[in-house]
Amino acid sequence: MKRYGIFALILTVLMFFAGYAALFIAPDEATMHAIQRIFYFHASSGWAAMEASMIVFFANVAYLAKRDLKWDWLAISAVEVSVAFWTVMLVTGPIWAHPVWGVWWTWDWRLTLTLVIWILYLCYMVLRTLIADPERRAVFSAVFGIFVFLGVPLDYLSIRIWRTQHPQPVIFGGQNSGLDPTMAKVFFYCSGVMTLLMILLVVKRYRLERLRHDAEELRLAVEEASESAGMSRNL
Amino acid sequence: MTTARAAAIVFGREVRAEMRTRELLQTSIVFVIIVVTLFNFAFEPDVAEARRIGPGLIWITLLFAASLMLNPSFAKEQNNDTIYALRMAPATSFAIVLGKTLANLLFLSIIEIVLVPVFSVLYNVPVLPVLGRLVLILFLGTFGLVVVGTVFSALSAQARLRELLLPLLLLPVMIPLLTPAVEATAGLFADSPALDRTWLSMLIAFDVVFFTASWLLCDYLLEE
Repeated sequence: MKRYGIFALILTVLMFFAGYAALFIAPDEATMHAIQRIFYFHASSGWAAMEASMIVFFANVAYLAKRDLKWDWLAISAVEVSVAFWTVMLVTGPIWAHPVWGVWWTWDWRLTLTLVIWILYLCYMVLRTLIADPERRAVFSAVFGIFVFLGVPLDYLSIRIWRTQHPQPVIFGGQNSGLDPTMAKVFFYCSGVMTLLMILLVVKRYRLERLRHDAEELRLAVEEASESAGMSRNL
Repeated sequence: MTTARAAAIVFGREVRAEMRTRELLQTSIVFVIIVVTLFNFAFEPDVAEARRIGPGLIWITLLFAASLMLNPSFAKEQNNDTIYALRMAPATSFAIVLGKTLANLLFLSIIEIVLVPVFSVLYNVPVLPVLGRLVLILFLGTFGLVVVGTVFSALSAQARLRELLLPLLLLPVMIPLLTPAVEATAGLFADSPALDRTWLSMLIAFDVVFFTASWLLCDYLLEE
């Protein structure tokens, strides 16, 4: 327990420094100025979200191979954390896009793909709430998770082709074409901190899921014991 | 018993059960006619617009119809407890899922035989000159749809709110099929009809990827 506390404390300090670096160390962007600084958190959340999504896929496959509920707990922890980071991306994106592009949203391939993945993970979470039996929930959500993951490259391809064939919307031309060295350093630092935050959240969420499971087992054991003792006490 | 033989028996059983009542088919046919009509009130398209939005109309209608139609495929086994008989049958899970998939493919194709002419007449979009290529695209798209839909029907059948859950699982996973299917169909409705090979290969890729996935994962669908 203490370890989490120390890790969280260190992370808080690192995160404050990330905020400072993004606001004061990174140089001013020539055309976009201050609003461009949201990029350090927007894109690094994207990294963390993608890393969490990879964990989901490996946990899904590992569960089906090993049939150990631990992998299921890891999968749902990573799904929820990745949804949190995808949401940060989807919220900070429009905040940046509105002053720069003049629109809150455009169906550019990156935005479309992010939205699609976000929706798919929401469905994954809904599926889990509708199956009561832990084993069945684990198997079915793993199967669905693998289908989702297989769909992502196809989504990427189809959206990419679709968006290059259609007329492009009003879009700011090639923003990331050359990144200033200081900007790059700040960006990688922020991505690193965000990844650590992702790991901390997944670990904490995993612990919660395990405790939930243990509590459920205890409750069932008590219920069974009281029933066999002929008691009609309602727990 | 070979997989092909077992799948053929499951297919025959599904079709025979449906043909006794025909309730799934008649309900779905009425459903697609309603949706096609509703689109007119929502968009009121002229002939040029109908050509533009028509492919989307056809595929959205099919996706909605499938997300409702595929639900009973496994839900009925749950209601009548016949799922136990299926599990005990001397057939692999793949044979059972394959038989059901092929039956669903047949049912959805029958819906299309009604949907396409009705759409063509109501929106003045000629389909006869491109019929062969249209059938090819419809087949490839429908195949991907029923492959994923049948697997998800097995998932949702054992959950609460299953009628609501199946569209939720199926529709977002269908996005990489919807885009190539709509765009390929749009290519056929253009002034000089052409079959876009890029979209055709995307459709085939989708079918191959998800058919393989359902083959690999179907053992997990029927277990106790």
